[in-house]
Amino acid sequence: MKTAVTVKNLVKKFGSFVANDNLNFEVYQGEIFGFLGANGAGKTTAIKILCGLSKPTSGEITVAGFDVYKQTEEIKKNIGYMSQKFSLYDDLTIQENIRFYGGIYGLSNAAIKTKTNQYMEALDLHEYAKSRVSDLPLGIKQKLAFSVAVMHEPKIVFLDEPTSGVDPITRRQFWDMINAEAEKGTTVFVTTHYMDEAEYCHRISIMVDGRMDALDSPLNLKQQFKVDSIEKVFIQLARKATRSE
Amino acid sequence: MKEFIIKEFKQIFRDYRTMTILFGMPIAQVLLFGFALTLDLENVHFAVLDQAKDEHSRKIIEKIDASEYFILDHYLSSPDEIEGVFKEGIVKEVLIFEPNFSQKLTKENSAQLQIIADASDPNVANMLVNYTQAIVSNYQQNLFSGNPLSQMATPEPMYKYNPALKSVYMFVPGIITVILLLVSAMMTSISIAREKELGTMEILLVSPIKPIQIIVGKVIPYMLLSFINFVVILLLSFLILDMPSSGNMPLLLAETFLYIFMSLALGIFISTVSNSQQTAMLLSMFGLLLPTILLSGFIFPIKNMPDILIWISHIMPSKWFIIIIKSIMLKGAGLMDVWFETLIILALTLFFIGLSIKKFKIRLS
Repeated sequence: MKTAVTVKNLVKKFGSFVANDNLNFEVYQGEIFGFLGANGAGKTTAIKILCGLSKPTSGEITVAGFDVYKQTEEIKKNIGYMSQKFSLYDDLTIQENIRFYGGIYGLSNAAIKTKTNQYMEALDLHEYAKSRVSDLPLGIKQKLAFSVAVMHEPKIVFLDEPTSGVDPITRRQFWDMINAEAEKGTTVFVTTHYMDEAEYCHRISIMVDGRMDALDSPLNLKQQFKVDSIEKVFIQLARKATRSE
Repeated sequence: MKEFIIKEFKQIFRDYRTMTILFGMPIAQVLLFGFALTLDLENVHFAVLDQAKDEHSRKIIEKIDASEYFILDHYLSSPDEIEGVFKEGIVKEVLIFEPNFSQKLTKENSAQLQIIADASDPNVANMLVNYTQAIVSNYQQNLFSGNPLSQMATPEPMYKYNPALKSVYMFVPGIITVILLLVSAMMTSISIAREKELGTMEILLVSPIKPIQIIVGKVIPYMLLSFINFVVILLLSFLILDMPSSGNMPLLLAETFLYIFMSLALGIFISTVSNSQQTAMLLSMFGLLLPTILLSGFIFPIKNMPDILIWISHIMPSKWFIIIIKSIMLKGAGLMDVWFETLIILALTLFFIGLSIKKFKIRLS
């Protein structure tokens, strides 16, 4: 299987605080990789390093085949990112947001037009065509933000708690979109606090105190810990944590 | 980059608060300072306690009343009324002529005229007294002309560059300086801080767009708007407030451009140290706006300040810019006259750009 992300001995320190303590893992192409951990376990730090927002203290890391130290520009062209904060401009309309992000990623006008029509259709946004993003319901905003994050057809998309605060039905629809994207061959790297969502992932990793204490498919993890849900696996591991936020 | 600038303009034009600050404020300020807050005196009411009621006392009163600064409110009949008249607040000055004023003036060559001014506003009181003294001494001079014995030397002041002592000449450069700083520095810092606060900055930093492109994309719209603002204020002051427009325009525009650039650099620096719009706003308000108004010589003369404030005023870019505009607009100065001030602003610009770049790098590592 081809790897999309390779992490070897990743260490990130802030002064004497070790945010990421020797992480080692690989993410395969087309996989939905769940990244779990309590608040302060080091998830966001790791994602920021993979996206080129932050430099690691040491370790060998490649994303989409590019080195995070030297080839950040190449990495940026090949990844999509959606943060836990809402990432569209509230005071622009849907189409203006699509235009803007398309433009930033260097899409042609024709491509932007095609994508715009495609999203208006797929998300059934015609009634909101002229309204500003601030007037949209949260669920639609999140789905739109995801669409915009994969508009330039990245090899890997990083989703940092994409569904926080969204109702269960919209979450389900959101995961349908994630699955569809993964089936096209896009690697999806997702963090979440919802344990039912963790079950949808192909493989999950659980971080505790900056270390990665578990990494396997949801089924194998449940067997290994002899429990019937990922939530119980998570609680068993998280209980060992000595640091809190 | 193009997309970024388009987006930035859309956001600015859609935010009516920003638009109000951008264009409403300069116009309101120019009109306020130009008309309402003028320090020029006109039609001040005065009262007279004339214990002489003779030729010269009457003539002096007439002369003062005839000047454009004063209006005779009424005559008082006893010194006890003075206190009450001031308390009513309409009369700002009382003149008291001693008995036998004319006689003493012509025969003894010394007569008492007391001027009492309402000094609850000290500046106004000072000006009233000066004006009155000027009118009286002018009268005296005419009276004794031809009489060689009482010829005295009278200084004849000439107020160069602002012969009519109009306060507009002082306010317009000040307003331009404050508005440009406010629009450029505060607006840019708030708009960058907003991207950080809302999380869109992260998305931008993850995208292939380079940080320098983000900054340039932010700076260009505000630079244009600041420039338009400058032109609007300038036109208003020429057309409505009769500012002289004899100065070297290309030089003025070039200096303004440099100052706007400095303000933008300052704005970017503020945004690198603040993570929310509120922080950016407070930093701009208290760190920039107040010191600019108080310490730039805009309203309060720097010379009268304690040493420490004088030192602080030296690092206020606005102080130097006010000197530059005044020199160019009022004195018709050329680059050779303001090269020192220009150099200081240039140095401050480079300093803030350097500081921002350093801050930006630290944040990324």
